[in-house]
Amino acid sequence: MLYLDANATEPVRHAAREAALAAMNTLGNPSSTHAAGRAARKLLEEAREAVAQHCHSRPQDVVFTSGATEANALAIHALGVGRPVLTGTTEHDSIRAAAPDAVPVPVLVDGTLDFAALNALLTMHPDALLCLMAANNETGVLHDIAAAGRLCAAHGALLHVDAVQAIGRCNQDWLALGAASFALSGHKFGGVMGAGALVTRKGLEINPLMRGGGQELGRRGGTPPLPAIAALAVVLGEPYEAERIAAYRDAMEAAAIASGAVVMGAGAPRLPNTICLALPGVRADTQLIALDMAGIAVSAGSACSSGKVTSSHVLAAMGQGELAGQAIRVSLPWDVTEGAVERFAAAYATMAKRALRPQAASA
Amino acid sequence: MKVVVAMSGGVDSSVVAGLMARAGHEVIGVTLQLYDHGAAVGRKGACCAGQDIHDAKRVADRLGIAHYVIDSEARFQQSVISAFADSYAGGQTPVPCIACNQHLKFGDLLEMARGLGAEAMATGHYVRRFEGPNGAEMHKAVDDSRDQSWFLFATTREQLEFCRFPLGDYASKAEVRAIAAEMGLAVADKADSQDICFVPSGTYAGIVEKYRPDALEAGDVVAEDGRVLGQHQGIARYTIGQAKRLPDTAAHMVVKKIEPGTRRIVVGPRGVQSPTVRLRDVNWLVEPRELHAAVKLRARDTLHPARIVPDGSGAVLHLEEPALAAPGQAAVFYDGTRVLGGGFIL
Repeated sequence: MLYLDANATEPVRHAAREAALAAMNTLGNPSSTHAAGRAARKLLEEAREAVAQHCHSRPQDVVFTSGATEANALAIHALGVGRPVLTGTTEHDSIRAAAPDAVPVPVLVDGTLDFAALNALLTMHPDALLCLMAANNETGVLHDIAAAGRLCAAHGALLHVDAVQAIGRCNQDWLALGAASFALSGHKFGGVMGAGALVTRKGLEINPLMRGGGQELGRRGGTPPLPAIAALAVVLGEPYEAERIAAYRDAMEAAAIASGAVVMGAGAPRLPNTICLALPGVRADTQLIALDMAGIAVSAGSACSSGKVTSSHVLAAMGQGELAGQAIRVSLPWDVTEGAVERFAAAYATMAKRALRPQAASA
Repeated sequence: MKVVVAMSGGVDSSVVAGLMARAGHEVIGVTLQLYDHGAAVGRKGACCAGQDIHDAKRVADRLGIAHYVIDSEARFQQSVISAFADSYAGGQTPVPCIACNQHLKFGDLLEMARGLGAEAMATGHYVRRFEGPNGAEMHKAVDDSRDQSWFLFATTREQLEFCRFPLGDYASKAEVRAIAAEMGLAVADKADSQDICFVPSGTYAGIVEKYRPDALEAGDVVAEDGRVLGQHQGIARYTIGQAKRLPDTAAHMVVKKIEPGTRRIVVGPRGVQSPTVRLRDVNWLVEPRELHAAVKLRARDTLHPARIVPDGSGAVLHLEEPALAAPGQAAVFYDGTRVLGGGFIL
């Protein structure tokens, strides 16, 4: 199988596996007072310090969560109190579901933020909490977080950044760019599923979603998943070969275009590893199944837990109409090799050729 | 060969997937998501998929086959649910399972299977398919009580060529359940599905009310001479031949005619039935010609000997003995166990 679905989850890196294993071999609950508890606690706090260092934050401003869904929900819960919430129209479901009544901030046809609209909305709601993703999970399109940070600061609004897809691929000092908080998830950059974090600016108060036993300084109840946290902390420092991956990405993109694909968000600044390819007239699920049968793992839109492929709200928000139900996402993992380009190009060409035959285009 | 199996999450189609895999075929399980389960049960936040899709996935896991869920909500909505409500509003008695088979399972899904390079599509229907001298033939299931051929009459000859129905040969459902148990499938003891899958509570009036509220407006119940005998609460609640839900003044009578325009239900004494029945959209599984056959006018019905005369895309049935024929239902022609064709009653 050729795995090209890194935005769903990156392959676990060697360092992460080692760190998780070491943590599993460490007996004890970080909350316990005895020696075993102290050993576990040491691991947890070392991980927190490493995260803080990589994220230009302080250890006490890092709250470990189960992942980014929880970190995003926690940010909206803690920072959105008494504030109108603004969210981009291409945000991930973890934001959309946590702020169902949010004021939508539109994007342009290439998926980048409509800053004129944002300025107008912030003028109307100067005390807002703006939730914005650094990089889109479906298209890879990057939002200009620096510009958003400046606008929020000028109006007195708070900015929360969903940095899930950007961390590890195009790191920035999100807090320095004006974010009050940002969310990350370990398995999206080579860690182990089950741990994420909400990182905040200095001393921001976080009212917990789950109080539990008062862990995480009372900001998140529940025993922390130590193996996943240890893995998360160690992979933050792993190198990422952005240029090499982007070169493969470009080659795959060119091959797909030659087979009839249209690239979504082309022209906008994007992640080095993500391509969103629409094949006009061909249902996304048909494309996915055909590629899966050819041994290529990609994804489309936002998959429900059933695996049903729904039309992409991201592409709909970009005004792509019918294409929103006809696009797949190809996301290259950190360990992608050059051979992937040829294999993908061949499988895509075969799939497109078969699907675009007049009688088979049963969209 | 590469076979697509239409998997509903029930025991029948699960066993079909298992049988196909056991026979050494490359099996691709596909489940059509027909409607939003969460919305159907009226529970906010409930998963759109429901237990059946989960079951189908677990069966596929167990069998080690690929499995996909296809979003067919829009198509089902339009071709089955809306058409169902419209049919009632037109004074007819629809059979949504036939529409679903025709448009979704043997229409869209079969096309998709071809598109994926499959050589056949197998389903869990209780019906048999034989290779005849003039191509594939459809026959009743061995287990007459499970036979679903009446619901499949609209399958075209071309579609039938591509289909496989492994369950038609089994003598009973118990036998199919035993195979499921032997294969270690968790659905072996799962209850049979309801009559109309998109009406979870079992009352279809709610669906009709949502799409065609006009079909649930009150109107007159009249005798054949036009005398008003009482009131009814919507023509969608009636079918031809029905004796229930009539006013006391119409005791011992049955529905003779449903008039959507005037919203009148015409009643008359039972027994007087028509010897000719007109059909629309006839699907022939033999070369269309005038023939004598046994005709089934409802899902659970005895066979009526008749002469069938093709008439454009439709046909006229000349029944040897007059019988009750409800517009919207299917009339399916049989020669012994073989299905010769069928159409919708006008």
